[in-house]
Amino acid sequence: MSSRRSRSRQSDVSRITDHQITDLISKLQQLIPELRGRRSDEVSASKVLQETCNYIRSLHREVDDLSDRLSQLLASTDTDSAQAAIIRSLLM
Amino acid sequence: MSPMNNPQDLNPSSLKSRFTTRFLRALTKINGQKPISSSSPREMFQRYRRIKVAADKSMAWSVRSRRTWSRAMLWKLRSRYSCRQASSSRRSSVRTSTIIKSRQAKTSHEKENKNTTTGQDEVGFVVQADKLRKLVPGGEAMDLCNLLGETAHYIKCLTTQVQVMRKIAHFYSL
Repeated sequence: MSSRRSRSRQSDVSRITDHQITDLISKLQQLIPELRGRRSDEVSASKVLQETCNYIRSLHREVDDLSDRLSQLLASTDTDSAQAAIIRSLLM
Repeated sequence: MSPMNNPQDLNPSSLKSRFTTRFLRALTKINGQKPISSSSPREMFQRYRRIKVAADKSMAWSVRSRRTWSRAMLWKLRSRYSCRQASSSRRSSVRTSTIIKSRQAKTSHEKENKNTTTGQDEVGFVVQADKLRKLVPGGEAMDLCNLLGETAHYIKCLTTQVQVMRKIAHFYSL
């Protein structure tokens, strides 16, 4: 009797957690350009995670490339006027 | 006008504007540190490293300690800095070992649960989750729910970072 109750409570807990996790995974799916348009029941959870890893890696690479580009540009610009223009365009 | 701008950015305390201000300040400092007349490969590389660290640090500081990943990144940047200054590696190794222990406990626990249900997908899920832990700062010590939430925020911040850096590079190249 008690074992049955504890087992059902365990599955209750795992059902709640599974639902939470499914919810979080579908939210994640919306952030990834590769998978954004597709329905969440079409894409498996491990596929979402795999594409997430790939997306984060590509973002890291972009940051690296941009840092490299900026390091080359930094020398040859008049930074003050450029910065004023940047701030104006980004924030207004 | 530009599709990137939306009303939220007008808010001077938005993530984008906080990051932009900090990062531009850091770039000015890097630019002023050394006359960049010579461009030996070593100096170029050092400048690239400094800019990359400045970008990550500016983003983590703009998020402050509101997120686990930003706290982990700030901690990592700070400890790397202090390691270069002095040999205080004992503190970081203690922290690393506790993180590794908690990670081993968590992943073995998750693996147990996953193996009771059959299916390749569950095993693939755990493998991908472990890969994700390595990519997100502080991911090794997070449980699955936190990992997924932190990842979503981390991705949002990374895309903002890339957006702003691209814009800055565009203006510098004019």
